[in-house]
Amino acid sequence: MFWQQVVNGLTLGSTYALIALGYTLIFGVLGIVNMAHGEVFMFGAFVGLLLVTTFQLNIFVAILGAMIVGCLLGVILEQAALRPLRRRSVSHLAPLISTIGVSIFLESLALRIFGPQAQAFPASVAGQLLSIGPLKISSVQILILAVSFGLMLILRFWLQKTRIGKSLRATAENIETANLLGVNTNKIIVMTVALASGLGAVAGVLVGLAFNAVEPTMGVTMGFKGLAVLIMGGLGNVTGAMFGGIILGIAEVFSVAYGSSSYRDAVAFGIIIIILLWRPQGLFGAQKGGH
Amino acid sequence: MISFTQGRFVKMRWMAAVLLVLSMVVMAGCGGNSASTNKQSANTAKIGVPAYLSGAGAAYGEAIRQGLELAQSEINAKGKIKIELIFEDTKGQKNEAINAVNKLINKDNVVAIIGPTLSGEMFAAGPIASQAGVVIMGTSTTAEGITEVGDYVFRNALPESLAIPNTVKKATAKYNLKKVAVMYSNNNDWAVSGYKTFMQSLKQNGVEVLTVETFADKDTDFSAQLTKIASLNPDAVMVSSLYQEASLILKKARELGIKVPFVGNNGFNSPQLMKIAGAAAEGAIVSSPWYPGKDDAKVQAFIKAYQAKYNKAPDQFAAQSYDALYIMVNALEKAGSTTDRKKLRDNLAQIKGFQGVTGKFAFDEKRNPAMEATVLIVKNGQFTELK
Repeated sequence: MFWQQVVNGLTLGSTYALIALGYTLIFGVLGIVNMAHGEVFMFGAFVGLLLVTTFQLNIFVAILGAMIVGCLLGVILEQAALRPLRRRSVSHLAPLISTIGVSIFLESLALRIFGPQAQAFPASVAGQLLSIGPLKISSVQILILAVSFGLMLILRFWLQKTRIGKSLRATAENIETANLLGVNTNKIIVMTVALASGLGAVAGVLVGLAFNAVEPTMGVTMGFKGLAVLIMGGLGNVTGAMFGGIILGIAEVFSVAYGSSSYRDAVAFGIIIIILLWRPQGLFGAQKGGH
Repeated sequence: MISFTQGRFVKMRWMAAVLLVLSMVVMAGCGGNSASTNKQSANTAKIGVPAYLSGAGAAYGEAIRQGLELAQSEINAKGKIKIELIFEDTKGQKNEAINAVNKLINKDNVVAIIGPTLSGEMFAAGPIASQAGVVIMGTSTTAEGITEVGDYVFRNALPESLAIPNTVKKATAKYNLKKVAVMYSNNNDWAVSGYKTFMQSLKQNGVEVLTVETFADKDTDFSAQLTKIASLNPDAVMVSSLYQEASLILKKARELGIKVPFVGNNGFNSPQLMKIAGAAAEGAIVSSPWYPGKDDAKVQAFIKAYQAKYNKAPDQFAAQSYDALYIMVNALEKAGSTTDRKKLRDNLAQIKGFQGVTGKFAFDEKRNPAMEATVLIVKNGQFTELK
């Protein structure tokens, strides 16, 4: 039972991590908490579902399709809710509120288009169960683990080694200085938001596959868990988001397995509070002046 | 960063306002089904229906709405009393239910209310209707103590304090249950009440409870709880939750190799259970006053009319709301008025020997229904009688 619960915790944790990655990218560059991320995640799940059921496409094509739609949503989000406010250099709370607006808009839109019913991926896509000794792992769980760790490694490499990654980090450091140094910061920012939203949409499809419940409000709870992970891992830190997600997932599962399920969230968030008391900047967060 | 000029501030506010208006338009579009331009005449009774029309439990609300609309069209065709239904979406939330009930009573001036869908909503909204002297009748509010919140609160939903002991007794005898696991949603009043009733009747039947696991409405991951339950090898699992969580639990449980029967409360009573869980729903057991296989002309005629109108089979929620509107009309006719709220209440309390699609019906002195339930089990994707 112990190892099965470890597997359960890792699966749950990596879905949290996938969502937190999107939050952390945008926070790292713009210093903004994107409240619409959970709803982009939900939209991605619906697009994936639609591609698989209505258009009868392969699941990997559907994930790609969801990613493209997610990126487009990210571009629209940036143009509609973030850029106009950035030009005016208003308070940091303004984009927070405008993204909340976008999130309500997207949730209502999904309610209108897709209906309130929870929908599931067809059983043929959801993959079969593999038995490894006493362990039962579904192929979706393996896929989620692989995709989230893979994306984390790619992101890290990309941010550290490539030219665009360097421009992105320069923009994160200071937008005006990066501008003076010849970085097209507007382009970098659009790209970051698009990338984060694309990741969110992929996470949506994977979570939809794993838990079989795609519905317009699914982004809300997952979004809050992602926010908790963002804070625990260290704002704007990719590795932190990854490990923060896994820690939260494992903590939740183990408080059910060896404690009482009623205390699940209390234990999980208790751990977050303790971590923050010990390291206020988050697990992997660097101590800097703040935004 | 915080300093900005007056002009910018105004523009920012303007933007926020536009966003707000935009989102409100969309939201209003979703709930926009209550407007009615029917001409008011003396024999038209306005009945308000606050129902769970969007969100995780929307299938309940939709079934209720369809059952009511079918009854409405039949009653209006007869022409003696005309019914006007005013729907409000409560989204399954208490505050929304309170707002809906207040609006129906004070703005729409309804003579009675059928709804809301969840017991938790009724606990919140029932006292308000009762204080205003408006009959409020739940068709799906099965928790204990519902009608105790006010003298104007009625229900034709079979209370779980009757249904669950019935199910547990039958399942215990049939499957020789010795030790079971119990799961329930701990942020839903009705599910918690169902859990307490489960524990009580398990004790009465001498069944040992191995573990109690909780989750919350809208949870989607139950692997931790079910892995724990699988390791304990129970003879059956009792579940108190809405259909959405129940189906995901069934699905995950079968994946983890738990093959025992699952005994549910009223949340299991929806064809959605089989639709979402698929083959995993086999062996789910529940009590219901509604049994579509009943050899009864009224039941079969209802199924046929419902099929013709909505192209799907009616569930328990549709059947109970269908009956509820007929019960209401019965009382309105006896009261001889379509606007007198007090007379309606007194005549409704007197209803006895009403024959509906959910069987013979009467209100007891506490405005709870006196009716019988059949224990059902899912077999080949259908609810069939457990014998």
